[in-house]
Amino acid sequence: MKSLLAPRHAVIAAVVLLLLALPAYTQLTGNAFLVTLFTRIVILAMAATSLNLILGYGGMVSFGHSVYLGIGGYAVGILAVEGVRSGFVQWPVGIAVCALFALIVGALSLRTRGVYFIMITLAFAQLVYYFGVGLDRYGADDGLSIAQRSSFAGLIDLSNRAVFYYLCLALLLGTIFLTSRLVNSRFGMVLQGARSNERRMRAIGFPTFRYRLTAFVISGALCGLAGALLANHTGFISPATMHWTRSGDLIVMVVLGGMASLFGPLMGAVALLSLEEALPVLIRAAASPLGADTAVRMAEYWQIVLGPLFLLVVLFARGGIDGVLRGAQRA
Amino acid sequence: MPDAILEVEQLTKRFGGVIASDAVSLTIPKGELHAVIGPNGAGKTTLIGQLTGEIACDTGSIRFEQRAITDLPAWQRSQLGLARSFQVTSLFSDFTALDNVALAVQAHVGHSFRFWKNARKEASLREPARAALARFGLAERADVLVSKLSHGEQRQLEMAMALATSPRMLLLDEPMAGLGPQESARMVGTLRGLKRELTILLVEHDMDAVFALADRITVLVYGRIIACDAPGAIRENAQVRQAYLGEQEAVRA
Repeated sequence: MKSLLAPRHAVIAAVVLLLLALPAYTQLTGNAFLVTLFTRIVILAMAATSLNLILGYGGMVSFGHSVYLGIGGYAVGILAVEGVRSGFVQWPVGIAVCALFALIVGALSLRTRGVYFIMITLAFAQLVYYFGVGLDRYGADDGLSIAQRSSFAGLIDLSNRAVFYYLCLALLLGTIFLTSRLVNSRFGMVLQGARSNERRMRAIGFPTFRYRLTAFVISGALCGLAGALLANHTGFISPATMHWTRSGDLIVMVVLGGMASLFGPLMGAVALLSLEEALPVLIRAAASPLGADTAVRMAEYWQIVLGPLFLLVVLFARGGIDGVLRGAQRA
Repeated sequence: MPDAILEVEQLTKRFGGVIASDAVSLTIPKGELHAVIGPNGAGKTTLIGQLTGEIACDTGSIRFEQRAITDLPAWQRSQLGLARSFQVTSLFSDFTALDNVALAVQAHVGHSFRFWKNARKEASLREPARAALARFGLAERADVLVSKLSHGEQRQLEMAMALATSPRMLLLDEPMAGLGPQESARMVGTLRGLKRELTILLVEHDMDAVFALADRITVLVYGRIIACDAPGAIRENAQVRQAYLGEQEAVRA
């Protein structure tokens, strides 16, 4: 019980409890926007958690991870356009296509290291991005509206906001649990060993490539599920979802929250996306003495504040938010 | 040779204009402790690299236990029972000492596509790893992060990891490098103990250790073997004295 009272565990428990209680709170206050915002946060936290498996635990800096959000989303969108609304078909298709795509990208990119690896994962993501732009039948760069959320034969009604939120939250927590099993298993030990010293791994007898590739595929498949959720959430999918800056956002969430930390990506997603919402409001409030017009214009530049904040974390808190909490625990 | 564990024939490796291995041929019988000595840049580490499969050889062949391994990747050679230690300590620094050795054990008990059970709680990995640590005097340090171990402890851990793969032959790349006199003596004792169980190829600069331990010694100069004989004969070999030992004597004087 003592460890539960430690600051790190207390913060994680508080975040999870707040996420669990959020719909009840919005029910009381009638603030529906919060559920929409936090559904998005939860889904992107799931994508970041999937990235963390290869980036944090595997040391593979994939700079094209948002492509899986796009593929998962397009699986839902394209199938819906073609008359297949069942989530039992849409979601597995999205996950399977992502796994297959990750298998191809991984098989080629994992033979390289460092900058080359980053560039190849980016190139593949851009390839699919432009493919999406050229998909005339499915909205090209304007994207595709998804009129109805995936149906699950009446088992669960995704059009209910709270139900959908809880489903996303359950899948996020499931992904975190799955990650915790994976990284502590024999497989996870090999994955982390290869991150730490691949040469030594080969010398003691591990064919590292196949293990890293497997992690790459698992990560892509999990992110594909997040993509299916995201398309359901926004009712819309477009190539913009796969833009490389979105991949950058996911990396920022992982690094900000703490690489190779189970709850780090969740904390990073909460921090980044709430700052995105809160900073413009805060700046407008702070600048209001300068006049309403000036304040609004200044609020447009909220990223000027976000950038240095992120820089501070990278420079002074190597382990991200989770690293800071860990440090507080030790002190 | 029927009881040969390692047979190297005409191994050649060039790096641009430099010949690192020049038609190296070497046969090591089972159970021998074979030392390879030579001045810096003689190609000793390159030779180990070729034997373990990290460096592809241009020409030549390597047979391990009567099996051609010339084209096998490093991990497969390890699976066959050929283990190495590194000259510059090469460990998993964000793992504990026990995790490091357990990973080496894990590499040799089947595939690692096991995704659910906690590997740190598997007795079949932890017990042999603890035994290997104890053997190298690291039992008390099992749960210490590698980055917090002393240099001497890390060298011992290097050996423990190589041994934990239950090899039939050990390639040791300067195990005494950077050790103090006391730690060196301890390492010599360790090697003397291992000598009875395993075939060992030892690359080492510490001549006292080499002459105390080796059954035979190969002298490498500019990638070429200039002598291969018992320690006594090597000591008397005029060519060797001139190329290597003499040089060192001259420096010491």
